Amino acid sequence: MTMSATDESAPAGDDEQHRTATIDGYNFAFLDEQTKRMIRRAILKAVAIPGYQVPFGSREMPLPYGWGTGGIQVTASVIGPDDVLKVIDQGADDTTNAVNIRRFFAKTAGVDTTERTKEATIVQTRHRVPETPLAEGQILVYQVPIPEPLRWIEPRETETRKMHALEEYGTMQVSLYEDIAKFGRIAKGYNYPVLVNGRYVMSPSPIPKFDNPKMDRNPALQLFGAGREKRIYAIPPHTPVKSLDFDDYPFDVETWNQPCALCGATDTFLDEVVLDDKGGRMFCCSDTEYCAERQARAAGRARGDAA
Amino acid sequence: MPTQPLDASRIAPGFADPVLDAQSVFRGVLAAMARPGAIAEIDIALEPPAPLNAATAAVCLALADFDTPVWLDAAAAPAADFLRFHCGCPIADDPAEARFAVIAGALPALPPFAQGSDEYPDTSTTLLFQAGGLRPDGGWSLAGPGIAQTARIGIDGLPADFAMAWRRNNALFPRGVDLVITADRRLCCLPRTTTVRS
Amino acid sequence: MYVAVKGGEKAIENSQRLLADERRGDRHVNEVTLQQIDGQLSLAVDRVMTEGSLYDRELAALAVKQARGDLIEAVFLLRAYRTTLPRFGASEPIDTGRMAIRRRISATYKDLPGGQILGASFDYTHRLLDFTLAADGERPEGELSDHVIDNEMPRVVELLDRDGMMEAELPADDEPVADLTRDSIQFPAGRDARLQALARGDEGFLLALGYSNQRGFGNTHPFAGEIRVGEVAVEFVPEELGFAIEVAEITVTECQMINQFQGSATQPPQFTRGYGLTFGYCERKAMAMSLVDRSLRASELGEDVNAPVQDQEFVLYHADNVEASGFVQHLKLPHYIDFQSELVIIRRIREQIERNRGAHQEAAE
Repeated sequence: MTMSATDESAPAGDDEQHRTATIDGYNFAFLDEQTKRMIRRAILKAVAIPGYQVPFGSREMPLPYGWGTGGIQVTASVIGPDDVLKVIDQGADDTTNAVNIRRFFAKTAGVDTTERTKEATIVQTRHRVPETPLAEGQILVYQVPIPEPLRWIEPRETETRKMHALEEYGTMQVSLYEDIAKFGRIAKGYNYPVLVNGRYVMSPSPIPKFDNPKMDRNPALQLFGAGREKRIYAIPPHTPVKSLDFDDYPFDVETWNQPCALCGATDTFLDEVVLDDKGGRMFCCSDTEYCAERQARAAGRARGDAA
Repeated sequence: MPTQPLDASRIAPGFADPVLDAQSVFRGVLAAMARPGAIAEIDIALEPPAPLNAATAAVCLALADFDTPVWLDAAAAPAADFLRFHCGCPIADDPAEARFAVIAGALPALPPFAQGSDEYPDTSTTLLFQAGGLRPDGGWSLAGPGIAQTARIGIDGLPADFAMAWRRNNALFPRGVDLVITADRRLCCLPRTTTVRS
Repeated sequence: MYVAVKGGEKAIENSQRLLADERRGDRHVNEVTLQQIDGQLSLAVDRVMTEGSLYDRELAALAVKQARGDLIEAVFLLRAYRTTLPRFGASEPIDTGRMAIRRRISATYKDLPGGQILGASFDYTHRLLDFTLAADGERPEGELSDHVIDNEMPRVVELLDRDGMMEAELPADDEPVADLTRDSIQFPAGRDARLQALARGDEGFLLALGYSNQRGFGNTHPFAGEIRVGEVAVEFVPEELGFAIEVAEITVTECQMINQFQGSATQPPQFTRGYGLTFGYCERKAMAMSLVDRSLRASELGEDVNAPVQDQEFVLYHADNVEASGFVQHLKLPHYIDFQSELVIIRRIREQIERNRGAHQEAAE
């Protein structure tokens, strides 16, 4: 389903309308051109140095810091009238923050929006990588709260920048190994650090480690925006991305003992929904679009069988 | 260098639609930088003054401004007024100060350009090199981030020792320059991570 | 059957309608006007202009009204508007030495050229609630004295300067000035970037840091050399004219803190300076800012850096209340993916421990 943002902007497919379908007094996609150029230059350098955090002159957006201002600035600098935008938060298209960011772009850029991963040219996300595999030519924009993977180990930017420059990642290995000593495994469930193209240790943003393998050699371009921390970084398509681990404690992902209660999927990241106060709970796909499509296909098959 | 006042009436027009043209050109460059060896086509109306080809001019108009000193080789020097007028960019005397370099003659040695530092490797120069021609499936074999296995591309007009010069640039990583190669309305990119073999 | 929560868009619309309604409050009470806010809550407007880094009383008053009196929210509104404004250049530096003075006090000299001018201040009020204000009590207008205030009132630090007792501080004219709203900060940050960050910084945060400095966490032995409040001219040199024209007159508060001296066997000792400047009348902020500014100079003055207030990264990364407010409050956004992956891990670890315990018991039996 394509949702053209007809309530607040132009009807879909009308190019002339697209050009003017922005809120009065503001430029296409909100940012002024000078800001877009600055961000575009940062994005190109980020792509040229995979996993390296490029400082940029992050602007004050009309949405709060910590709520996706970095991702929004990246998307606003990349997006054009012909793009189709999907926005998800926690894997879902209908969470309030996702709705709010989608509304922002429908209002300021007049672009078509969609819930379907396959139809989107740009997907902006907070905390998930869609279950539907991305394709060549698509762009995945991550919202990033703390871009520095070493921040928990060393709070000083001057120090962490040196560590990256010297490729000095021993303290990160030590910190992961401390988990193993204490808990018998690496106790990091999300924001699990990765090594990009064998050089830079990078924060994948707070996606669950379940999604880390999807970053590896992904045919889509992955862009990361941290607005408050004023950093942009990138993973070009087909680039090796390795989750940090040890030979004797290899990286693994979350698993559940039951399939999705709605679509029956056994290979997706599941949300836990508490049903009552007696321990009743159910598990269902966090990626609402993927789940709904599987349910629709199953329903279609059932109808076909009945006919 | 001393700058003469500009006579705007003698300067060729820039983007017809500064907002959307810049966006579309940037997306072309982004796609090319993300997929080294892939050729992007600039599909906007633009008739830049000699010696600039349409792709080089479009990239400058899309990305250069008063924050980005641009270095011009001797062959590109006649484009200075066009760039100063439309981009407002300072023209750099020293290649080490340049954020962008426009090269309309032979590709010069790379080390004099800004290479960035180990802590801030993004501060290196991006070179726009006007090649004689760009063809898919040519004599260069490329590998690295953005490329699934290998990519092939034909580039006319690179110097004979380019493979060696580029290997030296590769070896500086994370420092090093990035290269945008243009021909007529086409462009492709060689970021510092791309390795080349002829 | 569980159905994923839908209707986020409707919920947002309804929430915003309700917000607008609650902002208006009781319809039997007159709507507050921007003039009233500007005139009668003027210190709120001053703070919002300072931390919003935009001098526009009307817009700041609008922000205060729209934010229902939440000043940090108002600062955010003003900043988000400011970022969309075109830039056509930088003004000439303002000259506070040529300020039309409203208030000027020095704690370092009993009397000095131009005199001490108390002006309008809470300083010596008895903090007793004034119930006549609650009863709509109108006040007689203040009577103006015939005494003419000197327009060219030397700054206290200049008096010290003349004797070589104060460190000289003059930036080179041709150096570009940092702008944090255009470039991300890099460390070590220059004084220009630091002062800009402090001027935009949260008053409460700077107040606490300045206070910590006085209590011994990096003491700088400060004296309030001078605090002055008043109007200064803003001048701008248009490219096409080539000379300065006055484009505005603004009210500012300036604090110059005189601090412990520097010197060595060869170099005669001198006082050092901490500087604070705000839009409007924000005296507490200007004083706190000057304490923090001086503390942040510790490393360049060869002092030990061991207190939070001396730590550039700590102070400058955390002073901005728009950034801080956004990030603290983002915790109310859904985090159930991350929480779920923590749950999965904790359950796995607990299962493992249970299994190990069972194995131990079996072995023991």
